[in-house]
Amino acid sequence: MQRSQVTETIITLLIRISGYSSILFVSMILFFLLREGLPALGDVNIGSLFGTRWYPIESLYGIWPLLSGSLIVTLGAMLISLPLGVGTAVYIAEVAPPWINNLLKPLIEILAGLPSVVLGFLGIQVLAPFLRTFLNLPTGLTAFGGAVLLAMIAIPTIVSIAEDALNTVPSGYRQAALALGATRWQVIWGVTLPAARSGVLTAVMLGVGRAIGETMAVMMVTGNAPVLPTGLNALFVPVRTMTATIASEMGEVANGSPHYHVLFFIGMVLFFISLMVNIAASSLSLQGRKRAERVLS
Amino acid sequence: MRQFLIFFLLLAVCTGLLAGCRAFRAEGSASTDPAVQASAYIQNKGSDTIVNLALAWAERYQQKYPEVRLSVTGGGSGTGLASLINGTVDIANASRAIKQEEIDEARAQGIDPVETIIARDAIAVIVNPSNPVNQLTLEQVAQIYKGEINNWSELGGEDRPIVRLSRETNSGTHVYFLEQVIRLGDKKNKEIFSANTLLLPSSEGIISEVRDNPNAIGYDGLGYVTDEVKVLGIAREKGSEYVMPSVETVNSNTYAISRDLYMYSRADAKQPVLDYLNWILSTEAQEIVSEQGFVPVQNHSSNTGRP
Repeated sequence: MQRSQVTETIITLLIRISGYSSILFVSMILFFLLREGLPALGDVNIGSLFGTRWYPIESLYGIWPLLSGSLIVTLGAMLISLPLGVGTAVYIAEVAPPWINNLLKPLIEILAGLPSVVLGFLGIQVLAPFLRTFLNLPTGLTAFGGAVLLAMIAIPTIVSIAEDALNTVPSGYRQAALALGATRWQVIWGVTLPAARSGVLTAVMLGVGRAIGETMAVMMVTGNAPVLPTGLNALFVPVRTMTATIASEMGEVANGSPHYHVLFFIGMVLFFISLMVNIAASSLSLQGRKRAERVLS
Repeated sequence: MRQFLIFFLLLAVCTGLLAGCRAFRAEGSASTDPAVQASAYIQNKGSDTIVNLALAWAERYQQKYPEVRLSVTGGGSGTGLASLINGTVDIANASRAIKQEEIDEARAQGIDPVETIIARDAIAVIVNPSNPVNQLTLEQVAQIYKGEINNWSELGGEDRPIVRLSRETNSGTHVYFLEQVIRLGDKKNKEIFSANTLLLPSSEGIISEVRDNPNAIGYDGLGYVTDEVKVLGIAREKGSEYVMPSVETVNSNTYAISRDLYMYSRADAKQPVLDYLNWILSTEAQEIVSEQGFVPVQNHSSNTGRP
């Protein structure tokens, strides 16, 4: 047998193993989460699990305040990062001269590389006192503070993916629009962005995924009060997110106690939320590909 | 056929390398130990209230007895006790007494926890220095944290909303405050913190928010309180005297919110652990207690025992 063939086989085998490994890891994580989390349904009755008060010392395991806390912070983060992130991507892809791009792109990469605990530290020392005095709130440790930090974390993801999507729009589209007398703004808003819509939506979805799983920064600035939101001011009161709850309480629980199982149950909920977000994102990008194929054929 | 042969050869080499690595690591650790002559390694974990004190003790003790290695980490009383129960630490620091369920869990794991009272602590109720309120009754503090009093004007202060700050639920200080202040020591009382109490992950977090925010009220071990926040005088009940927390008022039992601090070890602990716990009760170690802002235990001999 040829020597090169042998090497080829081994390398193919190794690559195949590493390809399958991620499937293995995800299914193992899912298995572990289910094994540790599902007993919560037996330990704690369903009514109490979906109750409105989280206070594990007294066996109150209502996860609604935590779920809504996570959703509010993530939604707030999206409200901030969507316009900023897509705007930045449009600027980089369509408007900015090359020398500004050379400056902007590394800076965005630095933002992506910042450890979230550093952002959290800035949030506690600078952002929270500023929000309190600027918006005249009782305390600056609110969902909004967390949303601002999460937006910072999500923006680099959104920018880089949305920019890629905008760059794949064939330049013939732009030239055709310009030839018809459209202004630059009309080209961006009427042609380029709609053409790259699925990629931009994917970018936003992945940004959501990045934001909802973030722990450290939100734990430091959201105040961690498990309040069930009422009304429109929900963004400006303290909240407690699912991730922060797991992070701060996992250390104290005894293995196998109801509290332990409920924390894993929250982990399961998080897993399924990010699964749904990812499925949504990938189905969007698949749609995009089909369209592109249609255009090319 | 040759293909398989080479594959197995590669596999064998890989396993050999791995085994070699492991052997090397084992050798490494075996050779460093006698060099330092660390005859004992004590793992010490738990209460964030005690962590600075425990670190100061560990430093001094290692200076005196270089053959003993101590590692001190925080994380909260519940975390430390959970580690003791799981058998991963030698000494658990706790700012609350061990619960009956925890004793049961430990015994189920074959560990018999032994309690040592190592110091006493006052919990100071703190507000921003610009807050005109100087003193509160225990009842009023409880009403604030239960959410029954929501504005400082109800307590003779300015018209500002009250922002309640607390430690996380794994903190012994949190549990102590729940039992002794919110429930006023009544075991049948099942009242809990108001849901919009902010649970901050660290003592420093509470101090820094109280320092910055004129609406805030917080509580923290006296050892953590800095000059940048205002400590309130506390009266046991309406009409009785308002007392400031200090070493004297804790020892004379006039300050209402004071507690014992504990270390828990296992009954079958190694000799170095017992020596260390004995040293902690010595006059030398108890002087460090005062330096760290806590209250020394007075009768040194009679406070080791089973819970």
